[in-house]
Amino acid sequence: MKKILIITGIAALIFGCGSSDSEKKDASATNEPAAETKAPAADGTTSDVSRGIGKFTKVEVSPTLDVQMADAGQKVFDVKCSACHKLTEEKLVGPGWKGVTTRRAPEWVMNFATNTEEMLAKDPAAQAQLEICLVRMPNQSLTDDDARHVYEFMRKNDGVK
Amino acid sequence: MTKKTFIGLAVLAIALSYTACKPKDASTAVSGDAAVKAYVPPGKYDEFYNFVSGGFSGQMSVYGLPSGRLFRVIPVFSVDPEKGYGYSEESKPMLNTSNGFIPWDDLHHTELSQTNGEIDGRWVFGNANNTPRVARIDLKTFRTAEIIELPNSAGNHSSPFITENTEYVVAGTRFSVPMGDNSDVAIDTYKKNFKGTVSFISVGKAGEMDIAFQLMLPGVNFDLSHAGKGPSHGWFFFSCYNTEQANTLLEVNASQRDKDFIMAVNWKKAEEYLKAGKGVKKQVKYVHNIWDEATHSAKSELRTEVTVLDPAVLKDICYFIPCPKSPHGCDVDPTGEYIVGSGKLAALIPVFSFTKMQKAIADKAFEGDFEGIPVIKYEAALHGEVQKPGLGPLHTEFDGKGNAYTTFFVSSEIVKWNIKDLKVLDRAPTFYSVGHLCIPGGDSKKPSPKYVIAYNKITKDRYLPTGPELAQSAQIYDISGDKMQLILDFPTIGEPHYAQAAPAELISKNSTKIYKIEENKNPFVAKGEKETKVVREGNKIHVYMTSIRSHFSPDNIEGVKLGDEVYFHVTNLEQDWDVPHGFAVKGANNAELLIMPGETQTLKWVPEKVGVYPMYCTDFCSALHQEMQGYIRVSPAGSNVPLTFSLGKLPAPEVAAPPTK
Repeated sequence: MKKILIITGIAALIFGCGSSDSEKKDASATNEPAAETKAPAADGTTSDVSRGIGKFTKVEVSPTLDVQMADAGQKVFDVKCSACHKLTEEKLVGPGWKGVTTRRAPEWVMNFATNTEEMLAKDPAAQAQLEICLVRMPNQSLTDDDARHVYEFMRKNDGVK
Repeated sequence: MTKKTFIGLAVLAIALSYTACKPKDASTAVSGDAAVKAYVPPGKYDEFYNFVSGGFSGQMSVYGLPSGRLFRVIPVFSVDPEKGYGYSEESKPMLNTSNGFIPWDDLHHTELSQTNGEIDGRWVFGNANNTPRVARIDLKTFRTAEIIELPNSAGNHSSPFITENTEYVVAGTRFSVPMGDNSDVAIDTYKKNFKGTVSFISVGKAGEMDIAFQLMLPGVNFDLSHAGKGPSHGWFFFSCYNTEQANTLLEVNASQRDKDFIMAVNWKKAEEYLKAGKGVKKQVKYVHNIWDEATHSAKSELRTEVTVLDPAVLKDICYFIPCPKSPHGCDVDPTGEYIVGSGKLAALIPVFSFTKMQKAIADKAFEGDFEGIPVIKYEAALHGEVQKPGLGPLHTEFDGKGNAYTTFFVSSEIVKWNIKDLKVLDRAPTFYSVGHLCIPGGDSKKPSPKYVIAYNKITKDRYLPTGPELAQSAQIYDISGDKMQLILDFPTIGEPHYAQAAPAELISKNSTKIYKIEENKNPFVAKGEKETKVVREGNKIHVYMTSIRSHFSPDNIEGVKLGDEVYFHVTNLEQDWDVPHGFAVKGANNAELLIMPGETQTLKWVPEKVGVYPMYCTDFCSALHQEMQGYIRVSPAGSNVPLTFSLGKLPAPEVAAPPTK
């Protein structure tokens, strides 16, 4: 009788766990191929420049530098970024920032800075970078404005006036 | 299919372990679906947080219910080298007292803050039984936020119970002592010179504690307490024993009288007297310690005054109700009408009625007085007695459905009984010698009666033996049906006394994940590597250091000399959840630092030998955690090695000498 009770208990548990919707979702999330990262452009075609994964889908960037934003970005850089990134091309913990604005779309940079975990899990470019650096970039809790300001500071670093 | 089989096997293993390990005489205690009821699958959350007193460990532990999984041990009254608590310069003031720094105490009871008589998830309080103190733990951070010492007190046991809107947290003297100027007296003058006190500590909007007033009381042992609620809000009830006023061999000499007392305190009345200026200001010494979330450091302040009210003179504050056989537990049901007293040596449970007590006071149905405080006639306040419930009742919690659950230490069981008709409904054995018990919200107006947890004093044969000292334990019973069903045993830290539990969602949603580096106001913070530096001030060397995955800045320091005191002020620059960094330096005679994201903590180090000392991160932080290290060079006193610091600076490559022939 006791054995029957135990087996019933196990059966109930297996059924309970195995049919959980959320578990199925979790499982599929880890197995599914990396999400499509090429964002469709305004005209409906697919852009070649990856925008990454995150809330930033279209960032307006002026041809000239917004000095105020760049200065604010430098302050964030000093506290939260400079421990791992140099402003030259030299790799420290993470890659040097020189030329990053010519390699990456603003959306990609800002999505990576604010949606770090998902980008490292799914974005092929972020994953390729991780294979080189082998240290997962920490999510440094940048606000949306912080991310934009840091991007402007990167532009300044790349010579935009 | 493989996954299902695995889970099946795991559960089978759990189920089998139950049948294999339990003692034969308890073979009927666990039925087959117990494992399923206590099982929380990996990655899933528990339904309740359980805040369990750590007893003589001085700490508070946090478990999940129903899984019994241990989440955290919160350091409260004892140092914790693992977390740097009591070792970092910032946390040392938390353990300051009027007797100096004390690294240990005995935490007996936990009490969650309430609003309108319901648990609100803001704070949990704990009491120090040895050097009388009350601590408040902030449930956003699960850290001790404040500790207040109690003057005119000894053995703060009937604490830290609260009123229904957390207006007050109370403290009392388990050990009456001579007080004030009259403290150097012969011990056998107890009856003449020893006094008890009960303190009402006000709790402000932000939680800040302040002793509002103390009641000066006869010398007896105040044991446990609970506030009135609903109709009895404004009253507080304390059990007391040793009304014999014995000063030696209390085991015998304090068990002479057939009845001791439950003391009813009309604290609203006391407030009126206080307002009317009837309190007497006494010069005392006690400290108040508070943790500042912005500076990540504690401040300790000495206070020198407390206001005392004398209920023997100021009538209508206190009344004694006779209660059989050295009462221990003193518990008020969710309606606020019934007060349950539990005599440790009794074979019945008296239940008092608040309404009848009020009538008795109005009718002056007194049998006399005890040192100037009226003693209400037992029958005049009694609702009734639970007959033959078991042996040695200790504590009672409530299910909000009209039932009470009482622990019995001597007969080692929990007994469920109906409050109105006083009939016993169910009993379940505990393994062994249960003390306190907990139903989530079980002392509030609104219990969540899904489980009752027993906290046992003895485990004997329940677990694999570990030498002479064995684990103490908790046991969870499902009480969703009419009968209690044992579903899980789990070992606890220290000795578990009282515990409280609350629905997880009340607390989990407010949990702090990081400290914002922008808001860090520690005077020694380095907000970014640009601000890192090493500064000499006389023989004090301040290292403003940062940590981030995975290096310190600076990580090479020279120019420290014997006789210097080095202060490592380490700021964790990470801004991501669950990325603390540790810090340790060879030979430091205190502990490590464990620094949360955005926080600054300081380790003092006084090197005693010349040499180069490594320092490293103690909390595995990344793939290159093993590389997170540095060196500090200590030179002899009077050395002229200049004070320098650097990060990433390698020596210039040696120029190879041209080969000579």
